Amino acid sequence: MGRYVIRRTLFAIPTLIVISLIIFAILDLAPGDPAANLPLTIPAEVREAIRESLGLNDPFLLQWLKWMRLMFINEPLHTIESIFNVCIGDCEARDRILSWSSRAPALDIIWQRMPQTLWVLGGAFIIGALIAIPVGIVSAYRQYSWFDNLGTFFSTIGFSVPTFFTGILAIIIFSVALGWFPSFYDTTLVVNSWDTFVLQVKQMIMPVVVLSLFNAAALARFTRASMLDNLNEDYVRTARSKGVGETKVVMVHVLRNSLIPVVTLLALQIPGIFGGAIITEQIFRINGIGQLLIAAIGQSDVPMVQTLTFIFAVLIVLFNLIADVTYGVLDPRIRYD
Amino acid sequence: MTQAATPVLDVTDLATRFDTQDGMVHAVNGVSFTLNRGEFLGVVGESGSGKSVTMMSLLRLIPIPPGQIVSGKAMFEGQDLLAMELEDLRSVRGGRIGFIFQDPLTSLNPVLTVGHQIMESLDIHTDIPEKERPDRAQQLLELVGIPAAKQRLDNFPHELSGGMRQRVMIAMALACSPRVIIADEPTTALDVTIQAQIIEIVKELRQRLGTAVIWITHDLGVVAGLADRVIVMYGGQIVEEATVSDLYSDPKHPYTRGLLGSVPRLDQKGLKLVNIKGQPPSLWERPASCSFAPRCPYAFDRCRAENPPLMDVGPGHKAACWWDVDNGRPR
Ligand SMILES: Nc1ncnc2c1ncn2[C@@H]1O[C@H](COP(=O)(O)OP(=O)(O)OP(=O)(O)O)[C@@H](O)[C@H]1O
Ligand SMILES: [Mg+2]
Repeated sequence: MGRYVIRRTLFAIPTLIVISLIIFAILDLAPGDPAANLPLTIPAEVREAIRESLGLNDPFLLQWLKWMRLMFINEPLHTIESIFNVCIGDCEARDRILSWSSRAPALDIIWQRMPQTLWVLGGAFIIGALIAIPVGIVSAYRQYSWFDNLGTFFSTIGFSVPTFFTGILAIIIFSVALGWFPSFYDTTLVVNSWDTFVLQVKQMIMPVVVLSLFNAAALARFTRASMLDNLNEDYVRTARSKGVGETKVVMVHVLRNSLIPVVTLLALQIPGIFGGAIITEQIFRINGIGQLLIAAIGQSDVPMVQTLTFIFAVLIVLFNLIADVTYGVLDPRIRYD
Repeated sequence: MTQAATPVLDVTDLATRFDTQDGMVHAVNGVSFTLNRGEFLGVVGESGSGKSVTMMSLLRLIPIPPGQIVSGKAMFEGQDLLAMELEDLRSVRGGRIGFIFQDPLTSLNPVLTVGHQIMESLDIHTDIPEKERPDRAQQLLELVGIPAAKQRLDNFPHELSGGMRQRVMIAMALACSPRVIIADEPTTALDVTIQAQIIEIVKELRQRLGTAVIWITHDLGVVAGLADRVIVMYGGQIVEEATVSDLYSDPKHPYTRGLLGSVPRLDQKGLKLVNIKGQPPSLWERPASCSFAPRCPYAFDRCRAENPPLMDVGPGHKAACWWDVDNGRPR
């Protein structure tokens, strides 16, 4: 297993390099000029000087190589330095990836925005899974019961109606008409008392509910299908023939087998959470990395877009690996050597 | 062999059907038989004749729904298996009646170790303390002839060969020294030498523990060598029941005759069921007439009008047929 993980990790490196090059090429081809957003009163020479200082006039490949150096050497060094509070080499003057629009290090901004995204999307993901898996189990065990039918009804709605629709509907009903919840997310809120905690919960409820419904819908269906597959297996009958009780038949024999694909799917969904952030954060005006990406695209902030997209790519590769490894851990029939 | 014939299991008028999308499948239609203490009962019949469903119905192991047990009684140790609470039935399943299934490849749980799956039975039915269960499980594996039994306990089913898995199934069925073992074609998936070994194991266990065995098979040779009595099934019904020697030397039902071919011989090893011309019966309706009539060379009016019950045709010999083959006239 260990050797397999190392091999996969080594394979991931060229993959990620190619991905970053492709992202860079696409961004280079895209129209848009960061200098175009500057006030019109700025004279042409100054404008040109700005372009020069941003490295915009360098050849494409050189720009990419520069970014690669910053991403793979300078940024990791900086991270190590700030974690261990040490200085390696020329730490004061070390270049970092700078956002063109704010001139601040891109990764620092990303780290600032991350908690909002994680709170809402991570919360929705966990709550979604906690709802979906038990619902899927009961639906399968009581196939075609009223519970199963209700579950089918909600999950069909859940994954056929996009979050930008349910989200806006929720805002119109619960914020605008009823006024129960705030219609946008206040990132500056600091939770330090009961009241602020209540406020925080209130502002999280709508996005979390809307998103977790969406996440839970597909997952519940998937769990149900996987349980149904296994409930009809011969080994279940064998377990019953030994006198094993129904609870144990379901929770030990069937569930262990059914969760193998479910856990794998969960691991694969995690990068998707960040993708989902782009839309959800826009609707609920959450100041997370999804909004950051949209804003950066609007401002032609190439380093920021490049870095964010690259982080998404790393997450996808990483969680694919995690999914494969979990599969091997859960299923004794899989051996990776 | 069945001198002191005390029944352990007495089944009367068992009927099971499946409510499928295409219609009602009448898989078992009024089956009655008894199994005596320590007896070896062979069950034969072509594919789809309801052998497995009959035996699984006794312990309610068929999927319900679509399956439903519409009638019948199965008296075991003074209790009706078909009427008792599921809770009570559970103490019978695997405890006093052990079941060995047809397919060892899919009948073991792929993600649990062999040891876990055997010890589960011990946990449910015995008061062997947890610490001693691995030893007992190891003994069971040794009993069924698995080498390096201690290491095997930690193996997953896929790490064992088909024969080994079938032995594990047998060890599981034997774990709690049951009064009855129901074995559903336990050797069909295995090659001949392993088949022979497993048959030996079961023979020996039967002698040592006095367990009664119901052995479903396609292999008449196996039945001839092992069984005291044989039941022949056709279209979800028992069509003939006799001691092995009676059945082979003097079959009374045309279907049995067809199965055995023209000259049945007891010493013939590996004698297989002969294919009989014609379609197996459709199970869409509960038979109102003899379901073998369309394929039967002796069929006459009554066969097509009335379903023959299982009638006494000799001492300890029953057949469900309107035609008296010995005298060449209707019964
Ligand atoms: N779950 C089920 N749903 C619908 N029909 C079923 C089901 N299980 C069994 N049957 C039907 O019941 C009939 C009897 O099947 P059974 O498995 O008892 O046959 P069998 O005698 O054991 O055959 P084989 O020798 O092939 O094992 C068959 O027609 C089969 O299609
Ligand atoms: Mg069968």
